Amino acid sequence: MALTQDEVLAGIRDIVVEVAGIDGALVSLEKKFADDLDVDSLSMVEVIVAAEEKFSVKIPDDEVTKMATVADAVNFIVAHS
Amino acid sequence: MSKTRVVVTGLGATTPLGGDVPSTWEALLAGKSGVRLLPEGMLTSVNVKFAATIAVEPSEVMKPVEIRRLDRSEQFAVIAAREAWADAGSPEVDHERLGVVVASGIGGVTTMLEQYDILRTKGARLVSPHTVPMLMPNGPAANVGLEFKAQAGVHTPVSACASGAEAIGYAMEMIRLGRADIVIAGGVEAAVHELPMAGFAAMKALSTRNDDPTRASRPYDKDRDGFVLGEGGGIVILESLEHAQARGAKIYCELAGQGLTSDGYHIAAPDPSGSGVTRAVKFALRDSGVDLSEVVHLNAHATSTPAGDVAEANALTAALGEHMSHVAVSATKSMTGHLLGGAGAIESVFVVLALKHRLAPPTINIENLDDAVKVDVVRDVPRPLPSGPIAAINDSFGFGGHNVVLIFKSYE
Repeated sequence: MALTQDEVLAGIRDIVVEVAGIDGALVSLEKKFADDLDVDSLSMVEVIVAAEEKFSVKIPDDEVTKMATVADAVNFIVAHS
Repeated sequence: MSKTRVVVTGLGATTPLGGDVPSTWEALLAGKSGVRLLPEGMLTSVNVKFAATIAVEPSEVMKPVEIRRLDRSEQFAVIAAREAWADAGSPEVDHERLGVVVASGIGGVTTMLEQYDILRTKGARLVSPHTVPMLMPNGPAANVGLEFKAQAGVHTPVSACASGAEAIGYAMEMIRLGRADIVIAGGVEAAVHELPMAGFAAMKALSTRNDDPTRASRPYDKDRDGFVLGEGGGIVILESLEHAQARGAKIYCELAGQGLTSDGYHIAAPDPSGSGVTRAVKFALRDSGVDLSEVVHLNAHATSTPAGDVAEANALTAALGEHMSHVAVSATKSMTGHLLGGAGAIESVFVVLALKHRLAPPTINIENLDDAVKVDVVRDVPRPLPSGPIAAINDSFGFGGHNVVLIFKSYE
């Protein structure tokens, strides 16, 4: 069964809170990982690995490089779950 | 050409005796031991069951994300540096004139071992992307440099158990050479883990007094049987006297000079002639311009190993001659354990405080003084130091034959 956008956003929010140590309320679809959420390139690897585990999806490295915003990640996961 | 004078304007520490400088110093004067039994199951086959673990866990004073991204050694460095920087008055500085020299003997060894376990059990995909920045020996210095935006240079001398002292000496030279006005300097270690302990135990370097851990670290005692591994770190803020005076800083004392030599004798054993140590003390005296008569206190390396303590004491006597009988010698590893790369740093903090408070900290656990020890050891209770201009020595030695001697002197 496909996941909804809200379900994936909630999961990504939990991961980003743990990896970047920021307030979960800041994590919304339009936010940029690097500029808005203190997720640098190293921490982005942690986010992706955790998301793959959580949602049982594979996220190829060339897709990761295109994921600037939370929406980019959420939409990819919804489409591939 | 006269040398630029370098002073100490801030102190920070997190040690087996306390999570900061005041609590550590209070416990040190009270003669408390920071040695504890390790949790059951942590050491499966090592024949040593105790260590001097940190008094205040970093997770009590740092954000979870800092704990996640920093190796334990880096956590110690950042915690001690924050305290030292605040103690120095959180000065407004020209970042291009701010340096960092923070050492570690072993680096992020627990991170390396934990990530290796993940690699073997779960595969490369789950190895943390923070692994390399966490395990690199320059990680503690680099993270302190980031925290305070240091741009004059960030450095990490690595010389085993002399590393912390070497870092402070290097920092002094940065100021003398005109590279920086202010330098955050010290050393840390976080190696309480089964593998390093098994390695030290295999060398017969660790005490195995499992039935009485708090009395295991006993420098100069007849029945000493090895050192007790400790963890933590110490930081000093060094500053040119001119810079400190211009901003009206509180000045603890002066770091007057250093002496550096190497043994060229054996990878781990001390040279029984002690000539490397003797030369280092003489070089430090010459570099500092301190008159021998002013030297009233010495914080010894004295780790509680059968060979090391006596070799050191004899080398000191050879260097200072008859004056050695007027020097109050403290072996604070009897309380803190041996912090390896952090040792020379926390012991420098202790020397600075001894000069400030005019009190030499005690050496505990000496039941029967080894007859071969001819120096004047401060035992059980602190000893007052004289008024007037005084100086004190901190010496540190490391596997590899590294000898580092620092001389601090009172400032008034």
